[in-house]
Amino acid sequence: MTRKKRRLYFVLAGMSVLGLAAALVLTSFQDSLVFFRSPSDLVEKPIPAGRNFRLGGLVEEGSIDSQGVTHRFRVTDLNDVVQVTFDGLLPDLFREGQGVVAEGSLTEEGLFVATNVLAKHDENYMPPEVAEALKKSGQWKPEGND
Amino acid sequence: MVAEIGQFVLILALVTGCFQGALPLIGAARGSRPLMRFGDNAAFVQFAAISGAFACLTIGYVTSDFSILNVVNNSHSLKPMLYKISGVWGNHEGSLLLWSWILALFGMAVAFFGRNLPDSLKARVLAIQGLIGVGFLTFILFTSNPFERISPAPLDGNGLNPLLQDPGLAFHPPFLYLGYVGLSITFSFAIAALIEGRVDPAWARWVRPWTLAAWGFLTIGIALGSWWAYYELGWGGWWFWDPVENASFMPWLAATALLHSAIVVEKRDALKNWTILLAIIAFSLSLLGTFLVRSGVLNSVHAFASDPARGVFILIFLIFVIGGSLLLYGIRAPKMKGGGLFAPISREGSLVLNNLLLSTITATVLLGTLYPIFLDAFTGAKVSVGPPYFNATFLPFAIPLVVAMAFGPFLAWKRDDLAGIISRLKFALFAALAFSGFLWWWQTGTPVMALLGMGLFAWLLVGSVLEWAERIKLFRGPFANSWKRMMQLPRSAHGMTVAHIGVALVILGITASEAWQSEHLGVMRPGETVTVGGYDFRFDGAEAITGPNYDAVQGTFLAYKGDNKGVYLYPEQRRYTDPPMETTEAAIRPMLSADLYTVIGEADGDGGYAVRIYHKPFISWIWIGAFVMFAGGALSLSDRRLRLGAPGRAKRASAVSSAPSEAKG
Repeated sequence: MTRKKRRLYFVLAGMSVLGLAAALVLTSFQDSLVFFRSPSDLVEKPIPAGRNFRLGGLVEEGSIDSQGVTHRFRVTDLNDVVQVTFDGLLPDLFREGQGVVAEGSLTEEGLFVATNVLAKHDENYMPPEVAEALKKSGQWKPEGND
Repeated sequence: MVAEIGQFVLILALVTGCFQGALPLIGAARGSRPLMRFGDNAAFVQFAAISGAFACLTIGYVTSDFSILNVVNNSHSLKPMLYKISGVWGNHEGSLLLWSWILALFGMAVAFFGRNLPDSLKARVLAIQGLIGVGFLTFILFTSNPFERISPAPLDGNGLNPLLQDPGLAFHPPFLYLGYVGLSITFSFAIAALIEGRVDPAWARWVRPWTLAAWGFLTIGIALGSWWAYYELGWGGWWFWDPVENASFMPWLAATALLHSAIVVEKRDALKNWTILLAIIAFSLSLLGTFLVRSGVLNSVHAFASDPARGVFILIFLIFVIGGSLLLYGIRAPKMKGGGLFAPISREGSLVLNNLLLSTITATVLLGTLYPIFLDAFTGAKVSVGPPYFNATFLPFAIPLVVAMAFGPFLAWKRDDLAGIISRLKFALFAALAFSGFLWWWQTGTPVMALLGMGLFAWLLVGSVLEWAERIKLFRGPFANSWKRMMQLPRSAHGMTVAHIGVALVILGITASEAWQSEHLGVMRPGETVTVGGYDFRFDGAEAITGPNYDAVQGTFLAYKGDNKGVYLYPEQRRYTDPPMETTEAAIRPMLSADLYTVIGEADGDGGYAVRIYHKPFISWIWIGAFVMFAGGALSLSDRRLRLGAPGRAKRASAVSSAPSEAKG
């Protein structure tokens, strides 16, 4: 086998693998991009029911209602609110008035069904997306008085 | 005083590094022996100086010296000693100091063991190491000084995030760094080779052990990290395709590819340019991994820093290292001559396929990891790329990779015949089909992917053992003969078999735990029993307990099967005081056949507790497999032929002539 022919084989093999990779990336990318929305974002740029996304904001004061392992609470950015329901164990630092990010999708009725709930990792940590969402809604209070 | 000494020796290390990065390069260009030799001495001084700095910071932590800002932020006088010490590298500044220390350690190892390297190559390697060191030390001294004082000194520290107070995580960063920094050596060798304009098998014999060592440490580091996530986060998951995990997975993928392509350079003098490029990419990904995690670009437990000065420095450093080395590659690589020819169906061909698939996987993981960062930087849109993307792009390449893994070792160098190999592997094929078929019959309704995964496990396991058995001619002739052959087989050959079996075990663990996991989620009252995965779990209630630096609610479960006495499990819900934080401590009973995993949650105010119980079949094999892979790497590394500074070319020649059939290995 000549050097040239060998090179041709490898280039062809390489191109086909990369082509396959590109095809896979293109087909799976749009579906697996998980957008972040605050409750106000959701009013401006709605997300169709059933599509997975991350909802972030503060857990509204007095909104938590737990029945066994089914938890209902509202996520707010102090302008708009979204009702959330979640089956499972809430994270350790899940608190009223604290930052939270929930992953899941909306039902036709506008109820957010969370598959996963993330809270802050420690007392001083605010999820950056939540902090930014609060700044946008004009309700940001600097860290330290929470 | 300790802090000032630390600061001083760190500056000394920086100055030494500047000279180490310049003089040996000039020496190598001019053929001046004393200047080249300077690199050795500088590497020793550098190591001594950074060791001093590291010792000073450790003393600061051990004695709880709260006049040092870093100690105040990350330690507490009541913390157990193990975590006072691991606190040294459990933060941004300290972790960079650890990075530099390992860099200096490895630099010294090259100076010490590299006595039989050509003077000019060694001088250049040490100079590149010196320059990388300068980059890191500058970063530490100007943006992330661990010795900064605070006045007045507070009475006590802020403590370390309790999630990080864990033996698994205490040793996770050092192992990862040993891996990342190990790749700096292969990088330095690659750059030195580009400057010299020459790559020969002797070069590959040096690169291979370092890659192997780095790969082994990365394997252990990643395994420790995923084990920690599994038992500490209390979600029962062990891999989330989180950017922080990907940051360490990408260098591992590149190192795995490099490990295999270096074999081709060593044995057949081919694929040289590609190997050099891989060495550059592997180290670039290590740097990217370090900084992605440490610069606050990623939002997670790992991201401690968020100082723009650091970000700018990191960006410049990355551009300089990656851009500079790729530029040098572009200029010098085309001049290097390729070596031995080979047919597509050959050992070389299979290793090329391995490299092609591994680099494609690396590229898709890189894209998925960086895309959200770029999108945020350019459009401000917040997105994350979820596991579906990674599963959809990872599996289609990982599956053929595993299929090829059983073939590769059977193939001869230069050219081989595929039909012949398939007939030698027919037993492995039979084992795979029979195993999947049995599972399909036994566990009706098993997903196709699970059957495929279990088939791949059987294929790779049996294929690897067959290849090993064939080499030592097991059951073909007297056993004593096979024994003799086994003893004579190079350790690197044993190592490969062991490492490949490790991969098979990881596949077993992943597939079985994903496909046959059972779960119970609900409120349980004392005395209640549920059955999960064939085990009965009796909840005996919960009580308040007090630990050294936390209070907790501790639940008691009795898990038993049939009439067995069973085991008690005590999951906890902890509340730490410094810093104030709550954590979930899952109680896990690991067994070879399955893990029993219990978590206790909130009380419902009526005597009941929210609980989560998992039965995860064979999940321990993920970490056992990772350890077996590491053991394979270590075995291979102990091969006399790869031993650093191995003398005795003559000895090797005689070993080969006494066993001519092993020329293949």
